[in-house]
Amino acid sequence: MKGAAAAGDASYRSWLARPRPVASRQSPILSGSHRWLRRVGDRYRHSLQLRVVTATLILSAVVVSVLGYILMQHLVAGIYANMEQSSTTIFDNGRTYAGNETTFGQPPGSQSSAAMLALAQDLNPSQGTQYAVDVTLVPQDQGPPVYSGGEAVGFFGAVPVLPAKLTSAVLNEWQNRGIGGAPQYPQSEWVSMPLGSSARPEPGLLIGAPFGSVYELYYFFPLAAEQQTIASIQQSLLVAGIAVVFLLAAIAWLVTRWVVVPVRLAAQGARRLSAGELDQRMEVRGSDEVAALAASFNEMAASLQEKLAELEDLSQVQRQFVSDVSHELRTPLTTIKIASDVLFGARDEMGPAPARSAELMQSQLERFEVLLTDLLEISRYDANAATLDAEPVDICGIVLQSADVAQQLAERRGTKIEFRVPAEPCIAEIDRRRVERIMRNLLLNAVEHGEDKDTVVTVAVDSAAVAVSVRDFGVGLRPGEAQLVFDRFWRADPARARTSGGTGLGLAIALEDARLHGGWLEAWGEPGRGSVFRLTLPRTAGAELHGSPLPLSPLPLGTLEDGIDATAGPVVDGLGDRVPAADAAVVTMADLVGPAAADVAAPGSADLAGPGAASGPGAIEPDADQPESTEVGARG
Amino acid sequence: MKGRVLVVDDDAALAEMLGIVLRGEGFEPTFVADGDRAMDVFRDTKPDLVLLDLMLPGMDGIDVCRQIRAESGVPIVMLTAKSDTVDVVLGLESGADDYIVKPFQSKVLIARVRARLRRTDDPAPETLTIGDVTIDVAGHSVQRAGEPLNLTPLEFDLLVALARKPRQVFTREVLLEQVWGYRHAADTRLVNVHVQRLRAKIEKDPERPEIVVTVRGVGYKAGPG
Repeated sequence: MKGAAAAGDASYRSWLARPRPVASRQSPILSGSHRWLRRVGDRYRHSLQLRVVTATLILSAVVVSVLGYILMQHLVAGIYANMEQSSTTIFDNGRTYAGNETTFGQPPGSQSSAAMLALAQDLNPSQGTQYAVDVTLVPQDQGPPVYSGGEAVGFFGAVPVLPAKLTSAVLNEWQNRGIGGAPQYPQSEWVSMPLGSSARPEPGLLIGAPFGSVYELYYFFPLAAEQQTIASIQQSLLVAGIAVVFLLAAIAWLVTRWVVVPVRLAAQGARRLSAGELDQRMEVRGSDEVAALAASFNEMAASLQEKLAELEDLSQVQRQFVSDVSHELRTPLTTIKIASDVLFGARDEMGPAPARSAELMQSQLERFEVLLTDLLEISRYDANAATLDAEPVDICGIVLQSADVAQQLAERRGTKIEFRVPAEPCIAEIDRRRVERIMRNLLLNAVEHGEDKDTVVTVAVDSAAVAVSVRDFGVGLRPGEAQLVFDRFWRADPARARTSGGTGLGLAIALEDARLHGGWLEAWGEPGRGSVFRLTLPRTAGAELHGSPLPLSPLPLGTLEDGIDATAGPVVDGLGDRVPAADAAVVTMADLVGPAAADVAAPGSADLAGPGAASGPGAIEPDADQPESTEVGARG
Repeated sequence: MKGRVLVVDDDAALAEMLGIVLRGEGFEPTFVADGDRAMDVFRDTKPDLVLLDLMLPGMDGIDVCRQIRAESGVPIVMLTAKSDTVDVVLGLESGADDYIVKPFQSKVLIARVRARLRRTDDPAPETLTIGDVTIDVAGHSVQRAGEPLNLTPLEFDLLVALARKPRQVFTREVLLEQVWGYRHAADTRLVNVHVQRLRAKIEKDPERPEIVVTVRGVGYKAGPG
């Protein structure tokens, strides 16, 4: 039984040994087992079934151990009592036999020794070692010349081997013999002593009582047989106990499986449902709680599907409508446009008012057309009808090519667009038309909002991605606006006039274009510091992006305070070029804007011009590294 | 100057407007508003160029285009409100030489029409050979192994442009400029579709072309190797 307890104990200890947060770092040698322990721990935390089985194992081991222990105690006590009873019977018989021998009624004499020997031989069992007998004299009559002990008989050594407690009790009984003829009771004690020639002490029951005149009779009943019985019972109990424990664990495993498997299925179903597999349903079996779970899961999925389908239909109708409207508008718009062309061509023959009207009509028609094109493009995205025509292209070339319109606007405003492009081509699988459109949008946007300061375009490439960042030094973006800029028809300041005739859809379309590539289009901006739009595209179409070769936000303010380097020319080194884009821009801005810039900001703090820098370049708090920087990932 | 233009468009206002512009540029437009009647009018008027709207009542523009192409190599310029690749490629594959997406400027329309009508009037007598294909430039005829091949003027121009400089690789942009007369590279889908149509006529096995060969990532060239 100890074994079972030990087994339970062991499993308890190993249960305790399951990982707890380890504060200190493990040495590398231990890290292997550490990792294993952590894996087991993860498994344990994540599996209800494993926890239930473990708990069942431990609890049932404890219970079975306690029960087994009590049972064993009971059995052992019974066996010993039984053995004591039978031993006492044998002893009584032997004592009666000895008492009937008249020789022993006499005081000891010269024949006593032989008589005692003969009696001992008579009483000893003819074969086997169920018990052993010795006959001796009370202590005060022992010693030469009279017989002194059982060496002749066999199982005792000298008299002193007998436990003193028992011999004194027996002696006590002998001393009581005279008093009123009181019966002399046998005394017994559990002892451990060597039996026969064997030097090894054996446990057993020693019974002794005085008889005759001055004699004592001792029986020793070894426990060997009983011990064997007990051991075998113990073994059986242990085996049964272990079997019960594991059986219980197995039952717990099975039972929890019944519960856990449907829960797992439900979790899996919910995961798939949320991943868009709206047809996902659970099997409903019976009418228990699990079935109720399945039924309500299915109900939820069905209503979700219904709602989504409703919304889908609704938006489909809406998209179709927008698309149809756009197409239907195109034919009359063509007529109007050609008519306007004709009128515009003939404006020299008109009076001043009709001629100006023709001009206005011409320019506004262009704007109308751009808006219509953008609307159609957006509706195509909304209808999920946009497709990617990716081919390997040098993105640097596209960036330079798509700058024409923005370049013209920049020239009109007296500013420059500075390109920082790697020397080697940046080949990526992209949709040329869409990337050109993104770049045109970003560049126009930057020039338009650049407050007549230069725009810096940086291209960089790494093994997995290409990135283009467009930096302007205009009013920047207020917190939260970095996300809003991608909203349709969003305007930073509704009162601000649009000069380049943007439609308000440009960035929304650009974002969709980037997403279609599996890329990112992100904005960063800070009031007074301008803004950055960063486009990151995977070099292989459809690959997942893990990072961008360019930082989104420029370095903190402090690092570019003395960043004026008159020698800084156009940098053709986009790779890992973390030199703040402001350096060169500040110089050229100061050169170009000249005195006009003086009332905006002193040179050297030009990019600080704005609300925050109103009190001068030194007014920036040292801790205002990124005071209200807004950095939002609009990632697709 | 050849200048008969058939305008197939159901939108009366647009057709009238196109008429005004075309007449202003010295062309002679005729009009038909119905796809079903388009072929009759086409046979009657024998135009030098067809401006074809894709969305028509009755027979749609694609079918009209196919039928005209079955009878004649006359230049066809499609007018379409859809610029999706699928729509464009479908139109080009049905035989159109060029397409213009609505809304367009009158300048653009006239430029495209002129580009399609501008034929080298008196080409010098010249015979080009690629593989077993022989091109008589002055006679506007192409033969493969002695058998005459029926190419549209555009396909002929494309083949001649490639064949004049055998083994030189032409990018799609260069071909657009030389054959279609586009100043700025516009839509390379035009080139892809027409090269396929040309191959279907002149190659023994269009799947493994030997006359007009693709140079991966660059463009096309004439002749093997």
